Formats: sequence, C-alpha cells, structure tokens
Amino acid sequence: MDADLVADEGDDGSLKGDRIIAAIKASGVEFILSVPDIVTSGGLLRPIARDPHFRLIRVCKEDECIGIASGLHYCDKRALSLIQYTGFLDSINAIRGVGVEYAQPICMMIGLLGHDPHKVPRDSPRYGVRIIEPILDAMGITHHLINEDSDVAKIAPAIEHAYARSQPLALLIGRRPSVS
Amino acid sequence: MMQRDACFRALAPHVTDEIVISTYSSAVDWLELGERTLNYFSVGAMGLDSSHALGVALGRPDRRVICLQGDGSLLMNLGCLVTIAAAAPKNLVHFVVQNGTYEANGSHPIPNAKAVDFAAMARAAGFAHVHDFADLHNFEQQAGHVIKQTGPVFATLRVEPSKPLTYNYPKLYDARRRTALKAALGRR
Repeated sequence: MDADLVADEGDDGSLKGDRIIAAIKASGVEFILSVPDIVTSGGLLRPIARDPHFRLIRVCKEDECIGIASGLHYCDKRALSLIQYTGFLDSINAIRGVGVEYAQPICMMIGLLGHDPHKVPRDSPRYGVRIIEPILDAMGITHHLINEDSDVAKIAPAIEHAYARSQPLALLIGRRPSVS
Repeated sequence: MMQRDACFRALAPHVTDEIVISTYSSAVDWLELGERTLNYFSVGAMGLDSSHALGVALGRPDRRVICLQGDGSLLMNLGCLVTIAAAAPKNLVHFVVQNGTYEANGSHPIPNAKAVDFAAMARAAGFAHVHDFADLHNFEQQAGHVIKQTGPVFATLRVEPSKPLTYNYPKLYDARRRTALKAALGRR
C-alpha cells in the first residue's frame, strides 16, 4: 500500500477526507490546482483526482497555482490550490502580488506537514509550521485551522467569503484527513 | 533578428476577440498599439503571466488566449511549459519574446542568453505546435496562421533588446482595467 494511504500512528479518524471534499464541492470550486503533499495526498488529492466533479490541474511548482487561479477568477471559475506549507512559503511573492495587492480570491488548502494536531500551529515544534500563521497575519490573509471534523463547516463559508470580498484565504490542514 | 514592437505590429492585425496576456516590456509595447478591454496586464509577480494565461484558457475554452511573455519571465516559471502541455488547452498560444535580457530590471543578460533554446524546451515539454521566429518577414507571413492553430501553441520571437522604455506601471496595472476585463470575461 502506498505510504499516503496508511493512517498515521495515533490517527483516530477525527478529520474525514470525504467531508472536506463535500465542503469544497459545496463552495462551488470546480478546479483543483495542486502539487502533491503527503498530508493531503491520500485523503484528498487521490479521491479528487478520481472525482468527475473536479478538473485537477497538476502543476510543477506552487506559485503557478496563484496565476492559474487568478486567470480562472476573471472567467468566474472557482479554484482551490491544494499544497503543502513549504509550497506556500515558496509562493509568498506571488500571493503578495496577485492575491493581496491585486485583491484576488486565491483560496489555498495548505497541509501542515509535521504538525502535531494536539497543539496549535504557533506552538509547533517544527519551525516551518510555527511561522505560517504569523506570516498570514502579517500579510493580512484570513486563515482557518481545519483540524477536526467540526472545523470542516468553516470551509464553504470561508471560500464563499473570499470570493465575495475578492481576497485570499488559507485553510490550514492540521492532520492527515482520513481515507474513505 | 527582429524588434519586439515590429513583431507586435505584425501580430496586431490578426488579433480580434482574443484575450492577450502580457507583462512588463511586452505589455508596454502591446499597449502602445491601442487600448483593448481584452488586454490582461494584471500579473503581480514576474513569471506568472503564462500561468494567468493558462487559467484564462481553462476558464474560457470558447475564446482564444494569447500570452506575450518575456524570456526572463519564462525562466522564472519554466515548469509552466510542462503544466500547460499537460493541461493541453486548445485555445492557448504562448509567445516568448527572447531578447536575452531582463529588460525591465536594467537589461542584464539572462543566464546562458546566447545558447538557450526555448522552442526546444517547449517541444520537449509536449506543446502541440512549436515555432521559432527570427525573421520579421517570415513572422509577418505566419502570424495569422500561428494564432489560429489548435493549441497549446508555442512560438519564440527572437528580438534585439529595445531602447529604454518608460514603464508607467500605475497606468498598466490600473485596477479599472481588471474590473473591465472581469466584466467582459465573466459574461456568457
């Protein structure tokens, strides 16, 4: 079995991938733009790749997602960028220029690789995870932590709000979503 | 070797309802040829013009999309060639204006300027049609055909660095331009 389909030790299934996917659909997202991330690979990206509701665009580097999502927005098409936090860090200039300064609804679902879901990201022992929320705050980007099934209800309204206000959004995935 | 503005003058008569996406020096020269609602200059980060173009091409498969990208810009986003080839939009024509310099940032040379072959890269990435133009007369003859081919189409325009341009970024990236473009593209 592929590594991304094996549950993490201690994973109690408290974040279900199919619920997240249903929330993404409910938000009107048609395009998924992605570089694979082991946090979301099994529970989200694999089922999304099989789901005819979505058009999956596999990109080479995460900042491409920002341009593609912007182009789609001009055509009234909604997109979600499914990336790892390392890719978010690599894409900050694009997010700054396109998302923040040009006020485009760039919606990102960001896997926090190495995050301990029993802690808040700001207290993560991993430096790369610890700095994500402060960076988002500094950039004025709305963000939500999706760590439990009860957090999934935040997804569709947050995406709706991002498109209504034409502003970027970060949904931080704090643990591996379970595979259906 | 050609001049970028001459290439654009050769291209312009063939452009009717196509969406034209460009940035920096290419955008300045293209805008010199006239205002169009379907010009898309709101890029915001160097290298992403081709990705914006892919997004528009995917979002409006009923319209043809032309990207006018500089070579320095493409170098910042080379992976886009593979992404575009994989997504395979039939309506996208990707021009790369190869002047061998980062013209908007002091005209310093791009790495390996004399040898790099973008057309070969596009061909290897899997573009449906690839062209490499260095002669203006040839481009004038072919431009209309190139932008009507089934995409994704890639064409290098080998040009000389131009004289220093005046970059009026507030005009180029005016928010009203983006609003008008979205109103035009969002309509069905």
